[in-house]
Amino acid sequence: MDSNTVPLLDVRDLTVEFATRRGTVRAVKRVNLSIARGETLGVVGESGSGKSVTSYAVMRILERTGRIAEGSIAFSGVPLRELPEREMRDLRGREISMIFQNPRAALNPIRPVGQQIADVLRRHGQATRANARAKAIAALEQVRIARAAERHDAYPFELSGGMCQRVVIALALACRPRLLIADEPTTGLDVTTQKAVMDLVTELTRERGMSTLLITHDLGLASAYCDRVAVMQQGEVVENADAIAIFRAPTHAYTRRLMRATPRPGAGLRDLLPEGAAPAPLPAPDPRAGEPLLEVEGLVKEYPRTGLGGWLARLAGRAPEAPFRAVDGISFRVNRGESVGLVGESGCGKSTTSMMLMRLLDPTAGRIRFAGQEIGAMPTRGFAASPLRPRIQMVFQDPTDSLNPRLTASRAIADPILRMGRERGAALQARVEELADLVGLPRILLHRFPHQLSGGQKARIGIARAIALNPDLVILDEPTAALDVSVQAVVLNLLQDLKLRLGMSYLFVSHDLHVVRLLCDRVIVMRQGKVVEEGSSQQVLENPRADYTRELIAAIPHPPV
Amino acid sequence: MLRTVLSRLGTALPSLAGVVVITFLLTRVLPGDPALYFAGPVASPEAIAAIRAQLGLDQPLWTQFAGYVAALFRGDLGTSLTTGRPVVEDIAARLPASAELTLLGLFIAVGIAVPLGILAALRQGSWIDHLCRLVTTAGVSLPVFFTGLLAVYVFYYLLGWSPAPLGRLDSFLSEPPARTGFLLIDSLLAGDTEVFRAALGQILLPALTLGIFALAPLARMTRAAMLAALSAEFIRTARANGLGGRTIVFAYAFRNAMLPVLTTLGMVFSFLLGANVLVEKVFAWPGIGSYAVEALIASDFAPVQGFVLTMAILYILLNLAIDLLYGLIDPRMRKVA
Repeated sequence: MDSNTVPLLDVRDLTVEFATRRGTVRAVKRVNLSIARGETLGVVGESGSGKSVTSYAVMRILERTGRIAEGSIAFSGVPLRELPEREMRDLRGREISMIFQNPRAALNPIRPVGQQIADVLRRHGQATRANARAKAIAALEQVRIARAAERHDAYPFELSGGMCQRVVIALALACRPRLLIADEPTTGLDVTTQKAVMDLVTELTRERGMSTLLITHDLGLASAYCDRVAVMQQGEVVENADAIAIFRAPTHAYTRRLMRATPRPGAGLRDLLPEGAAPAPLPAPDPRAGEPLLEVEGLVKEYPRTGLGGWLARLAGRAPEAPFRAVDGISFRVNRGESVGLVGESGCGKSTTSMMLMRLLDPTAGRIRFAGQEIGAMPTRGFAASPLRPRIQMVFQDPTDSLNPRLTASRAIADPILRMGRERGAALQARVEELADLVGLPRILLHRFPHQLSGGQKARIGIARAIALNPDLVILDEPTAALDVSVQAVVLNLLQDLKLRLGMSYLFVSHDLHVVRLLCDRVIVMRQGKVVEEGSSQQVLENPRADYTRELIAAIPHPPV
Repeated sequence: MLRTVLSRLGTALPSLAGVVVITFLLTRVLPGDPALYFAGPVASPEAIAAIRAQLGLDQPLWTQFAGYVAALFRGDLGTSLTTGRPVVEDIAARLPASAELTLLGLFIAVGIAVPLGILAALRQGSWIDHLCRLVTTAGVSLPVFFTGLLAVYVFYYLLGWSPAPLGRLDSFLSEPPARTGFLLIDSLLAGDTEVFRAALGQILLPALTLGIFALAPLARMTRAAMLAALSAEFIRTARANGLGGRTIVFAYAFRNAMLPVLTTLGMVFSFLLGANVLVEKVFAWPGIGSYAVEALIASDFAPVQGFVLTMAILYILLNLAIDLLYGLIDPRMRKVA
């Protein structure tokens, strides 16, 4: 056979099983994939679809409990499944390498990053003790790390998330492999960093004629960077086609559902739901709508610079360095019945702002007026006892981490009522059931613990808990960031229904403009503690005035519409 | 580096002051009257009063305390009533014996526990993992006086492999010139292999007894820390890059696992400093622990205060050493310090 027609990677009928306490679980079922030389294949699916397990099986780095039960894996004609571990180890990193989600955790925290690259180079005989340093620096330079010689001796905790991912890429590409497997390489990174990282990967792999397997849950990312896409659902490949074709005319029902659920330009909130899901009837608008509920004026939060430097300066009687301004004089307003989005990348001060509004942090300066009363000056501790406290609630980013693992769903929902509400006994039980119905959580799940529930169900508990006291304002801190797109679509719609039904206002904190646009009437874009742009959702997304907003919008990949 | 050391020592000063006050007060509220004890059962009340005045026990408490602190600043810990010698001299003579025993016990414990813990983590569920579990369970459940007596019974009485458990050195041999106070090192420095072998024979059983006791927490912690490190994401990265077993186990996993092991080591060391009293008693070891216990029974205040103060200083130095080692292993700690 001609070497050009042999695919670089050919996976046939791959089945992976895990031994669990409840018997054998098939995580991957008879999967067929192939990647040609120089091609980029996207594997798309939601959590639990088996996409990462497939790639671990190819690399043969499954956990101890997992094993390849059936099928064959051929890498440029070499059968990998039967290869002795010693030879497989030579192949990893030199012929096939991998980059991972959460780059900071993927690097050894106590070894200088350059040395980690040198370890790989020396392992594969591509560097000697004498030239390892120079070669590692060269590898860092190739991933566009400025001052590479200096960064060579840095530890992962001294680098930003995007920089760490560059190091992981340098690690993976150091030995010039022929296949790169990228497992959710940009999840958790800011959109502009995501774009920079993905552009870098594409450029480097194209330059070297490498093939790439891109594993992602993000259809937009797959459509922007892949030649072909395989869609996985519950361990099976349900559709495998050319990237443009799959997004223009998806044939499988699951692909269509995924496509629909992905936020994209031109699609409204209701468009995300599966076809046939009836939108909730709209209740009469709240007569008080439009009155100001929350007014923020010149809000500032400063943090003193910590460390020995500041201490010594004080000791010597010199003025210490200027404190760090996390939030730098922002002003905005949220009206009754209105949803306002607070958008920005990590470190822009959006979370600090929401903490100050919740009165979990004391502002350095500025005013927060809620329902006509000044709350910014109230001490943080006193606010818990304030009658205004039940009227501001919050939904947190991680539905799992924000629930006490030892409380049942019903106890978690009852928590704010027990602290600040009046219902007790049967009335409390009835209220919890009413809330569960409101958020669409089946009543039979109420006695379960968080680990017995899915991500979407946990998100519903978090929402039920937040609305238990009939708040006027709910602060939503990236409430869907940890959820799959189809669950995200349902949760966003639920939030919208609840808002209309209960007449609440939302402050939606997020990094994703497309998600914010779906739910919010107005959007505030923050950068480095300052507001760079404010306006109606439509205006900000369609006619952004600030360069930074334009950059943010351009960085979000979305499937072709 | 020097600045870190000095600032750490500076923060230890309040604790030291606290130790001085508390030991002074504690020894005063303990039951038993030293004057009565030393006057003997047939002494007349006048004789007892004379002894009390001589010891300064008739003074108000704060005068006694002021005198005590003033003496401390001169490096004077008082005089032991039982031995009749300055406490500083007694402690200086006995501390090396305890330190040698504790350090050797700790070396034995680390030498067995760390490899055992690593192997148990690498081969989870294998025979070595079960052996590790057995040894650690035995180590925590057997009290040191029991293992000590058992060792003496088996190795001295039954087998006769070990010399009589009577102190550091056979009384027929003469001690080498003291340089470090550690017989094993001094004898080697003097080139006296006969004394070295005899001292080793004497110290081996008590050190093993201490070692078995100290081994359990160390092996458990090593195993747990290695398991945690081996399942970390950066190990997966290292495997995906083809790094070999040895690099992964030592350069990647074990260096990360060392932090909790080091913490445990510090705790075990401080336990041993106090816990070797029992071992010293069983093996008639002329150490600082048995010295303190005898003084306490005799209501002899000065040696007890001196002992507690010495232990506090040792403990502070030990913690300092461990903090500095942390910084060496983990760059993130250096930043914090």
